[in-house]
Amino acid sequence: MTLWDTLLRIAPELILAIGATDLLLVAAFRPGAAGYRFISWSAVALLGLAALSLLGPAGNGGAIFGGQFIADPFATFAKLLIYFASAIAIIIAGRHFERDGQLRGEYPVLILLSAIGMSIMVSAADFLMLYIGLELQSLAAYVLASFARKDGRSAEAGLKYFVLGALASGILLYGMSLLYGFSGTTSFAGVAEAMGDGLSAGEMFGLVFVLAGLAFKISAVPFHMWTPDVYEGAPTPVTAFFASAPKVAALALTTRVVISAMGPSGSAWQQIIIFMALASIVLGAVAAINQPNIKRLLAYSSINNVGFALIGLAAGTAEGVAALMSYLFIYIMMTVGSFVCVLQMKDKDGNPVETIASLAGLSRSRPGLAAAFAIFMFSLAGIPPLFGFWAKFLVFDAAVGAGLTPLAAIGIAASVIGAFYYLKIIKTIYFDAPAEGFAPARSAIDYGIITACAAVIVFGYLLNPWLGQASAAAAASLF
Amino acid sequence: MSQSFPILSLMLAVPMIGAIACLFVSAQSARWIALGATLIDLLLGAILWLSFDLAPGAAEWQFQEYAPIFGKFAWALGIDGISLMLIALTVFLMPICIGASWEAIKDRVGEYMAAFLFMEVLMIGVFAAQDIFLFYIFFEAGLIPMYLIIGIWGGADRIYASYKFFLYTLLGSVLMLIAMLWMVREAGTTAIPALMVYDFPVQAQTWLWLAFFASFAVKMPMWPVHTWLPDAHVQAPTAGSVILAGVLLKMGGYGFIRFSLPMFPDASAEFTWLVWGLSMVAVVYTSLVALVQQDMKKLIAYSSVAHMAIVTVGLFAFNQQGLEGAMMVMLGHGLVSGALFLCVGVIYDRLHTREIDRYGGLAINMPKYALLFMLFTMASVGLPGTSNFVGELLALMGIYQASSWVALVCTTGIILGAAYMLYLYRRVVFGDLTKDDVKAMPDLSKRELALLTPIALAVLWMGVYPESFLAPMRGNVASIVARLEPARPEGDAKLALGKAEDTAARADHAEGAH
Repeated sequence: MTLWDTLLRIAPELILAIGATDLLLVAAFRPGAAGYRFISWSAVALLGLAALSLLGPAGNGGAIFGGQFIADPFATFAKLLIYFASAIAIIIAGRHFERDGQLRGEYPVLILLSAIGMSIMVSAADFLMLYIGLELQSLAAYVLASFARKDGRSAEAGLKYFVLGALASGILLYGMSLLYGFSGTTSFAGVAEAMGDGLSAGEMFGLVFVLAGLAFKISAVPFHMWTPDVYEGAPTPVTAFFASAPKVAALALTTRVVISAMGPSGSAWQQIIIFMALASIVLGAVAAINQPNIKRLLAYSSINNVGFALIGLAAGTAEGVAALMSYLFIYIMMTVGSFVCVLQMKDKDGNPVETIASLAGLSRSRPGLAAAFAIFMFSLAGIPPLFGFWAKFLVFDAAVGAGLTPLAAIGIAASVIGAFYYLKIIKTIYFDAPAEGFAPARSAIDYGIITACAAVIVFGYLLNPWLGQASAAAAASLF
Repeated sequence: MSQSFPILSLMLAVPMIGAIACLFVSAQSARWIALGATLIDLLLGAILWLSFDLAPGAAEWQFQEYAPIFGKFAWALGIDGISLMLIALTVFLMPICIGASWEAIKDRVGEYMAAFLFMEVLMIGVFAAQDIFLFYIFFEAGLIPMYLIIGIWGGADRIYASYKFFLYTLLGSVLMLIAMLWMVREAGTTAIPALMVYDFPVQAQTWLWLAFFASFAVKMPMWPVHTWLPDAHVQAPTAGSVILAGVLLKMGGYGFIRFSLPMFPDASAEFTWLVWGLSMVAVVYTSLVALVQQDMKKLIAYSSVAHMAIVTVGLFAFNQQGLEGAMMVMLGHGLVSGALFLCVGVIYDRLHTREIDRYGGLAINMPKYALLFMLFTMASVGLPGTSNFVGELLALMGIYQASSWVALVCTTGIILGAAYMLYLYRRVVFGDLTKDDVKAMPDLSKRELALLTPIALAVLWMGVYPESFLAPMRGNVASIVARLEPARPEGDAKLALGKAEDTAARADHAEGAH
């Protein structure tokens, strides 16, 4: 394999890395609104370019760097979602930061750096590569969480995220070192081979620690504690970013680790995943019921959703992984849509408001926005005919196919609890007497994004053949 | 009959387009659009019925459409006689619902009409779906518009009622989805006709049956999971109650006859005791509860639970009369309870209370109303010549062959039914016209008359010549009965034809006496 071949296989990462450093220079020399606009649209263009480069060998070129990095359809599927969500996070941020006078060119650059980290995460085939990607993503995310530096909550969120994130990284690193110590290699394939002849106690400990560290990154119960605080404290565009792209990256990464590296250990990881799935579903549903803050509520909702996605992983079959990938696609659409709706919540003076109560009577003052909100909420609750139902359908179908019918039954019964708080939002929007109205809409782009996401959620079933094929191809590359 | 024209899809498309249009126009145009769309659907329904092939050798499933556009499931539509009747009921009631909301709804009319039209799409979809997952989607999606209808345009306690309705029915149906997933894997197909003839392992049938039962029993609703119904009915606007009682409850019965019975015959036989037990309790208990209600809508809601119990009893009689009777009760009850809710709506619109004691003596100042209300009261009681009589008689005949005790208890329910309905009628319509505000109530307007008269005619038609309604269903019911035959529990009645005496011997005997 020539150098050129290798470079082509990491084209998206290269594009983003070179672009990000260049844009950082631009940010240093051209502060202000015009510079910000240039940087943010350039960043979006770079993400688009990176996505385009996946058409080449980067999309399905196979392993490079001695098997440390792999470009396969699984990674491609995840990368497309990551780039899309990152681009949205950049596009929606401008108007939010403009008002606070925090329009700084570092924001798009940090998102780009985070996107590179995520790209590496989903392509990693070696624990060290995994760690590098994870840390790059996390470090950028810590800064993003405290991006509104004059806001105490934002600073608190960043600090909390950093301390707990560092702890999780430590746990993960410890698990990796155990796996290395007992199997003599850091590559996924090597670990899988070592586990093939039965799970030694050391490997078992390594597996548990690695999964605990990853659970933190996907905010699965019992490692979810940081999520509501960080989501609430971080600026809303950053929260939208946290709830979308890193979730995809971390879930895809977990899937690859579990299937490629721990596959032979069978029930050992499956037990852990099943527990995390059910615990996340139940806690994500119950804890959200009394949340007055919409961002906090959506944080719990994301925990809840991770639980459902993990049911697909718990099945441990190609079908289950395909279901998980479809779930992520649909989840991204719902999450992006609902967070852009949240971004529209501004009082008359343009200050962002976050209480659910302020949504009261939205259906009278802003019928379009209200309808979109309702669509996303019903979809998150998994009510057909919206697309969110299909996401749950697929993971439960996979679980039933893998003989985990009781798991599917418990999971779906618990989803009814979750339906309650989504209904509460719809109730506030549609049934309650109007509260003080929001500031009028200003952004056609935001509305475009909301409309596009809502259209996917409503007409998504027509995408089924394509989505099924793409996710099946992605899953097949892991088996 | 091969049908190239996709009439079922058209029937779904018309209200869907109407629903979207209603969102963007003024209140008055929304009313007309909704009325137009539902009338077009009524016309299409009539065409559907007229071109439905009744010949004995006709295909079981007609008007089939198939388009595998959704990956794991398909856009598969098609109807048999049972579906046809329920679709006819739906399209018949919908224009009446729109008419009933014409003046009563003044707030957010466009959204209201859109919700109703969307509801119509889903109801027709439920009865026409031939793919099990498509069915589930239509079945579940009905929660969304109904939740909004109750919650936005409902009465004082609407929010509690809407939550209760939504969560109850959702909890009931989610387990059904898991059962469906399992079944589709086992049988390797999502087509309902294929699943209806697939023999599931007896062991698994028990679990599958229970999962489906959870859903349909809540929807039906059966005692003791009926408590959402009175709340939903009382709080829903009039048209919402009509559609809830008229069609939505029938989805439960339809589910039993389409899924539980033919797909799990052994489990159905195994669980007859459960269904019978719950139904017997329901018939007697809810009738007694209805007797003491002060709220008219609540009374009719409880009477719905009692009538639906007759349906379940008929369905689980495992014979032709029982199943046909159950279907006829469903159709009859759809019309009659809808009409009764309309009757309540008529006087509610005038006095804005549903309390029975606030009325009295309406026969004096509202004679037309008293007449129609009387007809529907009698129909609800099951007077011969009205729709419910046919169904109740058949269902009770059916159950008598299976268990005379159940028949005995259920017949008691009919008597109690007469008691609470006549008691209601006496308190509202008869007596002295003493209250001033009641005195001032005008008789039925032309619009109201136009809503109630078609139902009255249909009720009489169904009572006098039920063959029109029984004929399309007969073959389908027979095939379900044949499917159930091996599992059918032996009845305690052991009916046998009486021996005709030898006429010659009788003649001799008579002669000898002289």
